[in-house]
Amino acid sequence: MTFRLGSSTRRVATLVALAALPVAVLAVFFVLPVTGMVQRGLFASGSFDPAAAIRVLQRSEVQRALWFTLWSSGLATVLSVALGLPAAFALHRLSFPLQRVIRAGLLVPFVLPTVVVGVAFRELIGEAGLLAGLGLDGTPTAIILGLVFFNASVVIRAVGAAWESLDPRPGEAAAALGAGPARVLWTITLPALRPAIVSAASVVFLFCATAFGIVLTLGGVRYNSIETEIYKLTFTLFDLPGAAVLSVLQLVVVIGLLVVAGRLRSVADPAQSRVVPRRRRVSLRDLPVLLSTSVLVLLVAGPLLALLLGSLRVDDRWSLGNYVALQTPGFDPPLPVPVTTALTTSLAVAVQASVIALTLGLLVAFAVTRRSRTRAERRVRGVLDGLFMVPLGVSAVTLGLGLYLTLGSGALDFRDEPWLVPLAQALVALPLVVRTLVPVLASVDDRLRQAAAGLGAGPLRAVMTVDVPAVWKPLLASAGFAFAASLGEFGATSFLVREERPTLPVVILRLLSRPGSENYGMALAAACVLAATTAVVMLLVERLRVPSIGAL
Amino acid sequence: MLSLSEVSVTYDGETAVEDVSLELADGEVLALLGPSGSGKSTLLRAVAGLESATGAISWDGRALRGVPTHKRGFALMFQDGQLFSHLTVANNVVYPMRLRRIPSAERRKRVDDLLDLVGLGGYQDRLPGTLSGGERQRVALARALAVEPRLLLLDEPLSALDAGLRERLAGDLRRILHEAGTTALMVTHDQEEAFAVSDRIALLRDGRLVQQGTLQEVWAAPVDTWAALFLGYARVLEGPAAYTVLKAAGMDPAGAVALRRSAFVADPAGPLTGTVVSARATPEQHRLVVRLDDVGEVDAVADSAPAPGERVGLRVEPNRLAIPGS
Repeated sequence: MTFRLGSSTRRVATLVALAALPVAVLAVFFVLPVTGMVQRGLFASGSFDPAAAIRVLQRSEVQRALWFTLWSSGLATVLSVALGLPAAFALHRLSFPLQRVIRAGLLVPFVLPTVVVGVAFRELIGEAGLLAGLGLDGTPTAIILGLVFFNASVVIRAVGAAWESLDPRPGEAAAALGAGPARVLWTITLPALRPAIVSAASVVFLFCATAFGIVLTLGGVRYNSIETEIYKLTFTLFDLPGAAVLSVLQLVVVIGLLVVAGRLRSVADPAQSRVVPRRRRVSLRDLPVLLSTSVLVLLVAGPLLALLLGSLRVDDRWSLGNYVALQTPGFDPPLPVPVTTALTTSLAVAVQASVIALTLGLLVAFAVTRRSRTRAERRVRGVLDGLFMVPLGVSAVTLGLGLYLTLGSGALDFRDEPWLVPLAQALVALPLVVRTLVPVLASVDDRLRQAAAGLGAGPLRAVMTVDVPAVWKPLLASAGFAFAASLGEFGATSFLVREERPTLPVVILRLLSRPGSENYGMALAAACVLAATTAVVMLLVERLRVPSIGAL
Repeated sequence: MLSLSEVSVTYDGETAVEDVSLELADGEVLALLGPSGSGKSTLLRAVAGLESATGAISWDGRALRGVPTHKRGFALMFQDGQLFSHLTVANNVVYPMRLRRIPSAERRKRVDDLLDLVGLGGYQDRLPGTLSGGERQRVALARALAVEPRLLLLDEPLSALDAGLRERLAGDLRRILHEAGTTALMVTHDQEEAFAVSDRIALLRDGRLVQQGTLQEVWAAPVDTWAALFLGYARVLEGPAAYTVLKAAGMDPAGAVALRRSAFVADPAGPLTGTVVSARATPEQHRLVVRLDDVGEVDAVADSAPAPGERVGLRVEPNRLAIPGS
């Protein structure tokens, strides 16, 4: 009896010890800012005042932004799925020359910082762009194309992984029973892929609805989403209560969406067999799929090529001048630091953010996946698991604004602390890290740990022998994700960054907002550097072949 | 009638099936029997149109080259049924009927009849996930039979089931196929399953057809030592040992002899003697391993159990051995 009491006390103590730090960080730097913001939005005059909130929501520009967010995200989601599905099939079920290159290329946009995507599209369709004649600059079409560019890769990743391992035999059985290819697709393949498609579509909608950098760079002054409206209310109109109301609205919508998506996704049949069938050579009947994939390739390659070519031109001549100019602070007025310094800052911040995200993520993942013996314990672990998913549901802009508003005064006057930016970026990356690590740790058979213990290994030794070998690759991969996410992070950073230590995405946006072709050229070159840096990190991660984004 | 003539299938430069020629008459059940990797499933998939093959595959004299799977009028049933897990039992069975635009009133009646045929009346609204392995295979069979396919292709239909169930379902399968008058091609690695279900057997090894014939033909004269062992003979003796055993059986001498487990029976008056190596009781008989003088170890059966080390006399049952290659 004493033994049982002792072991269960120790287990609870371990749980508390593992969870204490992450929970504390989340409480101070996430829950507090977000609730603080809710308070400012709904309790503007000191008491609960829904009328004030409703007045904000009734403003015509707010309603326009809300409506625009909904329909542009919806349309972009539909298009991303429509273009992503055929490409997922072509890249994961067929075999043709250059396939690996195309697959890697189509996945690049996902890791590109949104600011880079915005710049690339402007370079293609803007006033001086190759496709200026189409008159897409500043139109909703441009924003939606930008969103599709960015999100089709999410569909390819998530659905492609499911499609690759989809058992072909039900389809073959249906074909043998007389179903033609279209009918097999409609009655067998798509139902089997539904969980993956729903999951991808909901993530894409989430990304579209919270896409900050793209709308900010492509939407100009005419088109605002909720996110850019929050940003404008804060920094242009200084209407903090209004911004807070919008953030609360977004919080509610996004969390609602995540819950619905979770429900839809859980319909998946876990007993479905997973195999990796041989890939088929392409034949003439694959023509529609290949055409659709080519359209996507053009959509992805076009802006990137335009960006690269644009960055290499100075005064209508080929030149590396824009890259050379990155060593200077620019012109008219100059930036506080040279662009190269901003790159160093970005890299340093990204390292710090990755370390923070990995430390917290590992602690959470271990705390959540230890075996529970009692129902209460299991419930605590479940709540913890869900709690660390919440940052996913809160847009980076909301988080940035919340931190900006609540940490500026009193005992929590952290606004000027140099660690605030890395910490905020770490919180943005945290759900990604937790989602990558938890499934891996959860899939480690607990009997392996028991076997290790039975052979005489202490708890720490058991973790070293059983968990560490299973988790080191996903750990490296999530480090890469956190690093890339942090490098490109713009939403939260734009609220918190200190004037004299800007990160690269912030600098790019500032250069863009300044007049003069030199500044514009520098923005293009900086965007190329940022894109290349993230792409290198993500290609390294890709080589680890850890399933990740699909698990979101 | 299905006929295959010099059919070969190659993947990535490796030959999985080589020059197989076969014929399958209407209403007949043929088992493609072979160990794993022998190319039997590949051959089945080629017949279904799921693999591209060289050589000629034809139905009633009309070549099937270029005819896609869904237009061949065949049905395919896999080892684990491959029921569509998002559809109920009835909707699984209706699926092919819907493709053939059979009117819905008739569909309902046929579903009921088919489920009765496979012994699952009343299961219409169940989901595949709630069925046992054997029940799922029965539903898969009903679905495959739903549109009276010209040819039913069965890929290891019983292998995923446990032994007792497999035996029962094999008997049912044979009855159902014969009642429905279905022409069927079945792939299996299990000779018991092949014998229990099919009329004829084609034995495959390394992608080549080794032997084919009715059960009796194949069983009575396995083409070589490998075939004999694969078909279920316990041992094959060669050279002088074969000569000794055949002589004791009163048969003509041959280079080799394949022995079933019950080819030798303990009999004090038997012409051969040996030392018991081990004895094991089964519900029906005692199974012995005996080291015969001049022959070596053989299997034998006995009504009572001698102790290991004891000397026993053995007689040979001529109908329980075969001459490979004869």
